[in-house]
Amino acid sequence: MQQPTLASAVDSPAAGTGAPSDTAASGTAPIIEVKSFNLFYGEKQALFDITMSCKPSAVTALIGPSGCGKSTLLRCFNRMNDLIDGVTIDGTIRIHGTDINARGVDVTAIRKRFGMVFQKSNPFPKSVFENVVYGLRIQGTSNRAVLAEACERSLTAAALWDEVKDRLDDSALGLSGGQMQRLCIARAIAVEPEILLMDEPCSALDPIATAKVEELIFDLKTRYTIVIVTHNMQQAARVSDETGFFMLGKLIEFGKTDTIFTKPTQKTTEDYITGRFG
Amino acid sequence: MAATAPLPLPASGPVARPAAARLAEFVFRRGEPMIWLTGAGLAVSLLLIFGLLGLVAWKGLGFFWPRPLVRIETTDGRKVLGEILSTEKMPPEEGKVAGSRIRVKIGNRDLNGLDFRWIPLVDITRREVPKDALLLERQEYGNFHGFLKEIRQNGEVIASGDREGLAILAGLQQELRSRFEDLSEKERTEVGAINALLEKERLRLRKAELRGAPDLASVRVSTEARITELNKQYESERERIETSRREVSATSAVFADAAGRDKTVLLRDIVRIVRTNDLGPAGKASVYLSRIWEFVSGEPRESNTEGGIFPAIFGTVLMVVMMSLVSVPFGVVAALYLREYAVQGRAVRLVRIAVNNLAGVPSIVFGIFGLGFFVYGIGSQIDRLFYPEALPTPTYGTGGILWCALTLALLTVPVVVVATEEALAAVPGGMRHASLALGATRWQTVRRVVLPAAAPGILTGLILAMARGTGEVAPLMIVGVVKLAPTLPADGIFPFLHLDRKIMHLGFHLYDVGFQSPNVEAAIPMVYSTTILLLLIVVALNLTAILVRNALRRRLHSAAF
Repeated sequence: MQQPTLASAVDSPAAGTGAPSDTAASGTAPIIEVKSFNLFYGEKQALFDITMSCKPSAVTALIGPSGCGKSTLLRCFNRMNDLIDGVTIDGTIRIHGTDINARGVDVTAIRKRFGMVFQKSNPFPKSVFENVVYGLRIQGTSNRAVLAEACERSLTAAALWDEVKDRLDDSALGLSGGQMQRLCIARAIAVEPEILLMDEPCSALDPIATAKVEELIFDLKTRYTIVIVTHNMQQAARVSDETGFFMLGKLIEFGKTDTIFTKPTQKTTEDYITGRFG
Repeated sequence: MAATAPLPLPASGPVARPAAARLAEFVFRRGEPMIWLTGAGLAVSLLLIFGLLGLVAWKGLGFFWPRPLVRIETTDGRKVLGEILSTEKMPPEEGKVAGSRIRVKIGNRDLNGLDFRWIPLVDITRREVPKDALLLERQEYGNFHGFLKEIRQNGEVIASGDREGLAILAGLQQELRSRFEDLSEKERTEVGAINALLEKERLRLRKAELRGAPDLASVRVSTEARITELNKQYESERERIETSRREVSATSAVFADAAGRDKTVLLRDIVRIVRTNDLGPAGKASVYLSRIWEFVSGEPRESNTEGGIFPAIFGTVLMVVMMSLVSVPFGVVAALYLREYAVQGRAVRLVRIAVNNLAGVPSIVFGIFGLGFFVYGIGSQIDRLFYPEALPTPTYGTGGILWCALTLALLTVPVVVVATEEALAAVPGGMRHASLALGATRWQTVRRVVLPAAAPGILTGLILAMARGTGEVAPLMIVGVVKLAPTLPADGIFPFLHLDRKIMHLGFHLYDVGFQSPNVEAAIPMVYSTTILLLLIVVALNLTAILVRNALRRRLHSAAF
C-alpha cells in the first residue's frame, strides 16, 4: 500500500488560503492544524480556543475525562459535526493547509480523505465483502477484480483476512464484536485515506480484541496519520507518539507522549494520569 | 422495626391485616391474577377470531356439498322435492301447539314462484329419498328438482326417462354445455373485437368532424367504407354463431317435478346435472370440487346469487396491486423526506400528526374526495383533452379501476408512511454515520444502506396497506365498483389493461348479494363463501409479502422490526 503523497492532498480547490510555507518544506509538516478553535452546541460552548497540530505518520492520542470535548474535536476533522443540528464553530482547522470549513468546500471530498472508526462497531447489513468495498463503490469503482483486490488488501491490513476469507459473502452482522470492529477498520482503510480517525475504538472490546486492534494501530501508523480518542491511558501511552489532554473543553496540555506521561507540566494532567483526579 | 425480629406467621398475629389489603397484595404485588387476566383476554380474542373463521368456513364451504333430495308429502296433499336445509322451532301461534318445522329448498322457481318452503313437521305424511331424482343447476331460474321424462332432439323423442335416458343425459348435457360456453366466449372475444374496431372507426370520424379536418370528406368516405366492411364481417360472424347456436339448442329434455308438472329445458342451459341421491362419497366429492371450481373461476349467474365470482376476484386483486404500486412509492418517498432530510422540528411534528390522523379519516370521505377530485376533476379533464370524440359518453370522467386504485392509494398512503418511518427510525444511526464518514452523500447513504436495512419494515407497511385496501368497500362504491361488470379490466384487446373500466369487487359483492339481492334466502350461502374467499385473498396477498420480507430479512441478517 502506498502512502498518500502530500502533493495529492494539497490540490483541493480551497487550498492556498494561507498554507504555512515554512513548515511545508520540512518533512514533519503537520497534516492537521487546529488554530483558536471554538465550538458551540447551541448556546453551550463545548470547545475553548483549541490550538494543536498532528504530524503525518504518527499517532496522536486525545485523552481526558468524559464530556471533555475530545470526541467533538475528532468529529470536527472530517466535519461529522455537520450532522448535528445547532453546531456553530469559530477558528480554523486546516488539513494540509486547506481550511476545511471554508465556503465552497465539498464536504464529501473532505470525508473521503479520512477513515473513521467509531466507538460502537457499525457494519452495514451487507456481506463482509460489500462492507469493505463500500467506500470504493461510493467513489464509483465497480470493477470486480479491483474491488476484490482492495478487499483482500484491507482485510489483511486489518488482520482479519485469515478469519473471514471463507465467508466474504456472509452477512457482516454474523461476525464477533472484535471482528466487526476490525472489519470497520478495514472498511475505513479500503479507500486509502490519508488520516485515520479513531473514536474510542476499543471501548466495547474485550482485552484480547483490544490487544489485536492496538497491534493493528501500530502497524497502520507507518502508512497513515492516526488520531485516536481514548479513555484508556495505558492505551494512549502504548500506541501514541503525541498526546493531548483535554478538560472541560480546553486543551490543557499537548506534547510528546513520553513527556506527558512522565513529566507533565500541568498539575491537572499529572492528577489525571496518575488517577488522583477528583 | 428491628431487622432481626422473626416474621410473624399470619395466624399468630394478634391483629389480622384487613382483607382488602391482603387482596390488594395478592393482586398487585404477586401479580398472578394479572397474568390470568391478560391470558384470558388473549384467549377470548383468539376464540372470537377462530370462532368467526370456523363459522364462515363451515357455512361457506359446506354449501357446495351435495345434499339428498327428499320427496315430502303433506297432509294437504301437496308434494315437494327438495333439500332439507335446517330444522327450526316454530314461533308459537294462537290455538296451535308450538312445534318444529323444516326449511326446504324446493327450487323450481319458475313453477313454484319461491325457492324455499317451511313445512311444519306435523304436516308431513310421507318422506322418501328417490334414487332417480335429479338436481339441475340451470343458467336461469335457479335449480330444478325433478325426474327425467324424455330427451328430445328437434322435436323427436330420442330417449325416455328410463335408465337408458339417464345414462345418455349427462354426456349430452356436458357436450352441449361446453359447446354453448365456447360459443359465448367466441361471441365475446371475436364479435367483441369487431365491435371495438367499429367503435374506433366511429370515434375516428367523430374526431375528424370535431377538429374540422380539411380532408373530412375523404376521411368520411374511407371510414364509412371500413365501417361497411366491418359490419359485413360482424354480420357473417353473427350468422355463423347463430347457426351453431341453433344446433346446440336443438336438444332439450322434459322433466317432471314432484307434483307431476312438466318442464322442458334446453340441455345447453343446464350447468350441471347431479343425481344426488345416487352418489357415493367419491361422486359427491367430485361434485363438490366441481362446484368450488365453478365458484372460483366462473361468472356470476342470476344476479350474482349463483355461479362464480371470478370477475370480483380478478377486479379486487388487480385493483389492490395497482393501489400498492401507487401508494408504496409515494409513502416511502414521503417518509424518507420526513425522517432523513427534514429538520426535526415543530413543522415535521405537525406533518406527522396530520399523517397519522389521515389514517383515521372515515373511508367514505376518501371516496367522496375521489369522486370529486379524480372522477369529476381529473377524469373529465382527461376526457375533454384526449377523448372529446366520445363525449358526452365519459371515458375517464366516470368511475373506473384507475380511480378506485388511486382513491385507495390515498387511503393507504398514511399506513405506508407510518410503517416506513418506524422502519427508518429503527436503522441505527451508526450505519448512517459510517456511510457518511466514508464520503457518501445523503442520498447514497439512503439508497445503499438505509433503504435496504429498512426494507422489511417497508414491506410490513405494504402488508398493512394491502389488508386495509382489500377490505375497503365504502369509498369504492362511488368511484367505480359495480354490481355486475360486463368485461374484465384486463383482456386480450389492445391496450390489454383498460384503466377506465368499472370492476367488480369482493367486498362490494358481499354487500350486494347479502343485502341488495332479490332472493336473499338463496344468497346467504354465497355471502359466506365470498367472505371466506375474500379472507383467503387477503391471506394470500399478505403471505406473498411476508415471504418476500422474510427472504429480505435473512439476507440482511437483522433481527429488528
